[in-house]
Amino acid sequence: MGNLYSGAEIVFKCLEDQKVEHIFGYPGGAVLPLYDELKNHPSIKHILVRHEQGAGHAAEGYARSTGKPGVVLVTSGPGATNVVTALTDAYMDSVPLVCISGQVPTHLIGTDAFQECDTTGITRPCTKHNWLVKDINDLPRIMHEAFEVATTGRPGPVLVDIPKDIQFAKAKYFKPKKEKKQKKKSSNKFNQKDIDQLVDLMKKASKPVFYTGGGVINSGPRASQLLRELVLLTGFPITSTLQGLGAYPGDDNQFLGMLGMHGTYEANNAMHDCDLLINIGARFDDRITGKIDDFSPNSKKIHIDIDPSSINKIVKVDLSIVGDVSDVIRSITKTLKNKNLNLEKSNKQKISKWWQQIQKWRTKQSLNFINSDKVIKPQHAVQRLYELTKNKDTFITTEVGQHQMWAAQHYKFNKPNRWMTSGGLGTMGYGLPAAVGVQVAHPEKLVVDIAGEASILMNIQEMSTAVQYNLPVKIFILNNQYMGMVRQWQELLHEKNYSESYSKALPDFVKLAEAYGCVGIRADNPDELDEKIEEMINTDGPVIFDCHVDQNENCYPMIPSGKPHNQMLLGPKDQTENKISGKGKALV
Amino acid sequence: MVKSKSAYSIPTKLGKLETHIIVVWVDNEASVLSRVVGLFSGRGYNIESLAVAEVDQKNNLSRITIVTTGTPQVIEQIVLQLKKLVPVHKVGNFKKDDKNVIFKEMALLKIVANKAKIKKALNACKKLNPVILDQTNKSAVIQITALKREIDNVTKILKPFGLVSASRTGAVAMTRGAEIFN
Repeated sequence: MGNLYSGAEIVFKCLEDQKVEHIFGYPGGAVLPLYDELKNHPSIKHILVRHEQGAGHAAEGYARSTGKPGVVLVTSGPGATNVVTALTDAYMDSVPLVCISGQVPTHLIGTDAFQECDTTGITRPCTKHNWLVKDINDLPRIMHEAFEVATTGRPGPVLVDIPKDIQFAKAKYFKPKKEKKQKKKSSNKFNQKDIDQLVDLMKKASKPVFYTGGGVINSGPRASQLLRELVLLTGFPITSTLQGLGAYPGDDNQFLGMLGMHGTYEANNAMHDCDLLINIGARFDDRITGKIDDFSPNSKKIHIDIDPSSINKIVKVDLSIVGDVSDVIRSITKTLKNKNLNLEKSNKQKISKWWQQIQKWRTKQSLNFINSDKVIKPQHAVQRLYELTKNKDTFITTEVGQHQMWAAQHYKFNKPNRWMTSGGLGTMGYGLPAAVGVQVAHPEKLVVDIAGEASILMNIQEMSTAVQYNLPVKIFILNNQYMGMVRQWQELLHEKNYSESYSKALPDFVKLAEAYGCVGIRADNPDELDEKIEEMINTDGPVIFDCHVDQNENCYPMIPSGKPHNQMLLGPKDQTENKISGKGKALV
Repeated sequence: MVKSKSAYSIPTKLGKLETHIIVVWVDNEASVLSRVVGLFSGRGYNIESLAVAEVDQKNNLSRITIVTTGTPQVIEQIVLQLKKLVPVHKVGNFKKDDKNVIFKEMALLKIVANKAKIKKALNACKKLNPVILDQTNKSAVIQITALKREIDNVTKILKPFGLVSASRTGAVAMTRGAEIFN
């Protein structure tokens, strides 16, 4: 143990001990010693991105699809500032990232040196914690602590800023300590009394609903299994947030679909009318709740979350259970079984009425749209993509906008960790680098980025990364030439003043694909869609699929701003039908 | 109803504002204060006063005392968010009118005036046990330890007696009796 190692060696020894296999990065002056050390560590593969933001999102995709922390390596100054968006994105969506950034040598800090910036200052509000390593002897401890902070409790990004002289300096290395329990902020703070109280409420409820979120995914695949068991045992309906999709099978009858601003009619109405709302690992985001004062007005509210600060932040709840989702669900199921409560049977009468009501809402078929045989409807494109890929273990990433909502509505996920999307921060340009990260982690799997033509251009440079590492990501662009969600809001809220939301000059995406050295496919009409999608799936290598869709399609259903859950705006089909039925009545 | 032009919800009515004293025990390390203060500014919380100093040299602990105003919901959030910071050990939260807690602020007041006026000035703040730290023929520096509103008052009273400069600390707090806060 007496050996002295350089700072760069210590960083890599630590990455090895933390079982890191891939890092996403971009070299530069202040991290050259680290890049020099890379060659001595064959178990760690470096993926060279084309922009540091891409490195961050790729690491996010990697982390979300594997459950392991994503590791990012960037240089000082612009390298660090470029990764800020990705760190903020990871912070909002609770994705574990460890970002290592180079810094100018210690003696130059504060002198406005070349490529210097206050990295720890800039990233303080968008990380769980960050460190500026000023003493080489602190480096091993800080590196191990960084991994611990990123992955424990509610996961999130951390950053370690290492000045160049520290990367050269020498010190002893030590392995991560196994036991450091009392210092760690323990996450399970519930007891059996809480669980008993919850089970009691579940027994009494006649209109219950589960509302689950990304916390279930973050708790690991076991949590999803336990959730399925619990939902089956209770017979309760379940709805999910955007980030929670896949924790419960999307095609199951007890699943009401996604809730919130673009959620289904049945999910939102169930949230509004329920008498027991059980939130598991979700955070009452403003896209979910709509108008807070009218949010689920008649329900007892339960909140299960690992982060105590999520409780009562937005919505005051009647019972809070702070703990890891899988541990809490396991306790609930155990208690239900111990008390010999099969709620599905014992509560059948009460709940069957509730289910009848839900069936009524379901008949609205709120995700319906008027299909066309002339132009490709974007919803139809997602549905076809789903039908043609559902039998493979497909991983979907998205950018941000209408296409993201259509993907969430029409692509049904059956497993956790298959759906990577930027929910909290809503980062356009997330999907392509995230797909790169997912494909690195799962080289044999089909990875599709459902994109919009505006979003994809924000990080299009990462096609070059995909080609370099032969990552066969499929970029499925729903191209309507508009920033669709912006256009939709302008139509609804700003009298159709489509200010700056039309992209007049777009690249020829097929030629662009060819320029990057991959395959480009274009689809213009519905007849050729299936055939072209098959062609995309069967292409060995990255593909950009330019799917020309109806320019005027809006994303429905929708909760208009300031409205509660039970006042949804439904699609054009329902709007016209309602008009007709109004006239029809007059005739009768 | 006026049609909202925002895709965000409309602010709902605010709860009643309360003043609280938040006490935070932290590792005394670089940038720890900016983490705490950054949390307040980043989330739109209010800081009325702030006092920080190392209280335990051996364990390298500092104690930060923050006076803040917010709805009960916001105060609860402040405490929970502070607890999430890695260098934070524990967080105390006291209502400003809590009878079991002593709150004190300190002020150094400089009076420039003739002897008679200085005497009057000292008389005026006699109730607050002023300590004279420095005195010359035409000036005096006095130290007062009292509540915020008492110091507010006395500075107003002393203005006509030649108060030219006031330096004040933020509030610090300590529970009464043998109990210590855990």
